[in-house]
Amino acid sequence: MSTTAKVPVPVDESEPAAVPLRTALKAPIMLGVVTLLVALLIAFKARSGKTTFRLAADTDFFDLPEITVPSTATVATVVVLLAAFTAASALLVSRGRRTPVWLVALFAVLAMVGFLAWAAAGKSVPVIGLLGGSIALAVPLVFGALGGVLGERAGVVNIAIDGQLLFGAFAAAIFGTVIGSPWGGLVAAMLAGGLVALVLGFFAITYFVNQIIVGVVLNVLVIGLTSFLFGQVLAEHPDQLNAPDHFGRIPIPLLGQIPVIGPVLFRQTILVYLMYAAVVVVAWALYRTKWGLRVRAVGEHPKAADTVGIKVNRTRYTTLLIAGLIAGAGGATYTLVSVPQFGQEMTDGAGYIALAAVIFGRWDPVRATLAALLFGFATNLSGVLSVLGSPVPSQFMLMLPYVVTIIAVAGLVGASRPPAADGEPYRKG
Amino acid sequence: MSTDDENQPASVEEQTPDPKEPPPSGHESGRFGGVLREIVLGNALVSVLSVVLAVVVGSLMILLTDENVRDTVSYIGSRPGDFFSAVWTAISDAYSALFRGAIYNTNVEGFEGRIKPLTETLKFSAPLILAGLGVGLAFRAGLFNIGGRGQMLLAGAAAGWVGIGMDLPLVLHLPLAVLAGALAGALWAGIAGFLKAQSGAHEVIVTIMLNYVGYYLVFYALSKQGLLQAPGSLNPKSKPMPESVILPKLLGDRFNLHLGFVIALVAVGVVWWLLNKSAMGFRFRAVGENPDAARASGINVGRTYITVMLIAGGLVGLAGANQILGTATSGITVDLDAGIGFDAITVALLGRSRPLGILAAGLLFGGLKAGSFSMAAAEGIPVEIVLVIQSLIVLFIAAPPLVRAIFRLPKEATA
Repeated sequence: MSTTAKVPVPVDESEPAAVPLRTALKAPIMLGVVTLLVALLIAFKARSGKTTFRLAADTDFFDLPEITVPSTATVATVVVLLAAFTAASALLVSRGRRTPVWLVALFAVLAMVGFLAWAAAGKSVPVIGLLGGSIALAVPLVFGALGGVLGERAGVVNIAIDGQLLFGAFAAAIFGTVIGSPWGGLVAAMLAGGLVALVLGFFAITYFVNQIIVGVVLNVLVIGLTSFLFGQVLAEHPDQLNAPDHFGRIPIPLLGQIPVIGPVLFRQTILVYLMYAAVVVVAWALYRTKWGLRVRAVGEHPKAADTVGIKVNRTRYTTLLIAGLIAGAGGATYTLVSVPQFGQEMTDGAGYIALAAVIFGRWDPVRATLAALLFGFATNLSGVLSVLGSPVPSQFMLMLPYVVTIIAVAGLVGASRPPAADGEPYRKG
Repeated sequence: MSTDDENQPASVEEQTPDPKEPPPSGHESGRFGGVLREIVLGNALVSVLSVVLAVVVGSLMILLTDENVRDTVSYIGSRPGDFFSAVWTAISDAYSALFRGAIYNTNVEGFEGRIKPLTETLKFSAPLILAGLGVGLAFRAGLFNIGGRGQMLLAGAAAGWVGIGMDLPLVLHLPLAVLAGALAGALWAGIAGFLKAQSGAHEVIVTIMLNYVGYYLVFYALSKQGLLQAPGSLNPKSKPMPESVILPKLLGDRFNLHLGFVIALVAVGVVWWLLNKSAMGFRFRAVGENPDAARASGINVGRTYITVMLIAGGLVGLAGANQILGTATSGITVDLDAGIGFDAITVALLGRSRPLGILAAGLLFGGLKAGSFSMAAAEGIPVEIVLVIQSLIVLFIAAPPLVRAIFRLPKEATA
């Protein structure tokens, strides 16, 4: 796929030492563009008044004070700092080095503070609600993205993430109600996600049907099936079939009482804690176990894997099944957390955002998780800003993940290379 | 009921000589080339059997969720007759409602009223055919256009904008609005073609993402006074279309069938000519068969990608214009695509990306859609049953060996 010289690409993720200048230059250019955009905010639409950041939650060890800053002065300071970061990045690149990730991360946080100080002038920003809500919104995306990463690393494009989420949500609602425990619902959701994955595998691996077609069609099939059954059965017996118990918040002692971090990360439902575990386990299994090596080998070069005795299609099936179980668990988030009830097409295309996170995260579980969190943040931010009455239309915030993904696949952010055999069925012989 | 089906097609198979399928192993160069060739060149029998299978599964779903069938199955041992009559009633009621909704309604008086369902089928099939052509044309050049939704939304918004924003006589206004729709669809799809040509960005990802970007763009325009939102309104909806841009009714005011269907028929002809008779169509097909070979023989593959996406988007755009100017003229909304963007994929696959096949598939799915509304009204069967049947048809069609195995047909010699 790549247009560069045919150097065998190492399977592991270690970056090559020498960075081509063209790739390295992208970081300072992007930082410069963002700095310019933030500067334009105050240049063209300066907003008077003060912005308050509320950091405290009543469960903390001690109370953090509210931070109130003058809007325009803060943005101006931020712009100066951003410019300094950009200069530092440019300096590093001119000396033949890379822009470190921490610098980019710090830059992003600063830029966000500047943006919020501008957007919420005269109002107060509920920082805890903003961040905590982002995590809650990102849970299905993270589970879906992990499922997507696993499938694609094994060489199966998983466009059916949305179907797995939706079917998981559906199964969780029914079985959570019938069994009378959200745990029963969670298990059912995982099995439902696994079932969709197996159907995908059946057509894509066994019958060599184009994976993109199967994925898209499975999504439509699941929408049709769940909506049909919802209209025929669930809507008639809502109490017996569509009223599951839901998971409550479980505050973790001590950790949950740390200011900011506690309420955001450690006063969540069990599904969020499972999500943390899933990210760690998937990343570890993919990079540190024999099984993970096999999965990646099958996704990069199935023929070579076959030659050394790895059962290509069996590995793809098991990986896809595990991916489906994980994505299905994400679906349970829709019906077992805040509103314990199934509704038609309730995932609303979240699977496609998860797919975007997979690509934006360059097929890596940790980076895909971060991308999913970023998308969750963008969604929640648009909600918070529309409550605050922000000058930025919410639709543009909601559009952000998709625009970012287009930029990423067009290679403007950095080379994104899918696993070499992604999407190709393997025919022995 | 399935025993008849199993034997009959086998005899048909013996009489129908298989079209020569290329060996599936010779497609290493194009990532999806081989599969696309299968879609395009597979034989018609598998299509028919796929429809039969999907309808059987759909019938089972109706039976499993039917109250009477479930009640009678509990005492099937003592009175099996009740069970079978309940099954018969459920199925025959469902399909006669489908027939009455899609083709000929025996329950009303007068020929006009009875034939009206057929015209509804034609009305529903027009956008499916147009968008199906857009998806199918891209398929022929080896591209997956999953961006039908975004292209239709942008096209509908553009056509509607010309409709409500200008004051012209019908002969000028209507063509201008249709053209604006086609142009907007073309540009929106063209982005994907351009990025594919420039950087190799996968068109599937780009078109999916453009669906959402388009959705939020149109949503924004519809919720902003001064852009598309109806003056003084708080809903994300525009003013209704004025008379001068509404596609004229073909059979008088008693029928909803409008000029859009004629546009669809013309588009079928044009795409057929383009693909089979023009040099440009030859280039499309060459790139679709094998981009490397096409490049080696002097075809500019990148430019072909851009051209084919522009034309494909234009066709999908016509479907969007058809909706806002013909079927849903009460104003632009973010739902104006009505799922047609995705349905079009199934239409193109069922029609095997050939214009005449797409025409037939569009008519079939248009009929299913028209019938599904009467099934919902008369029998309380949710309209989503059509989504299930549609997607099953495509799954089966895409896996001919599976259909052959289910019906115990002989394997193809070349496979």
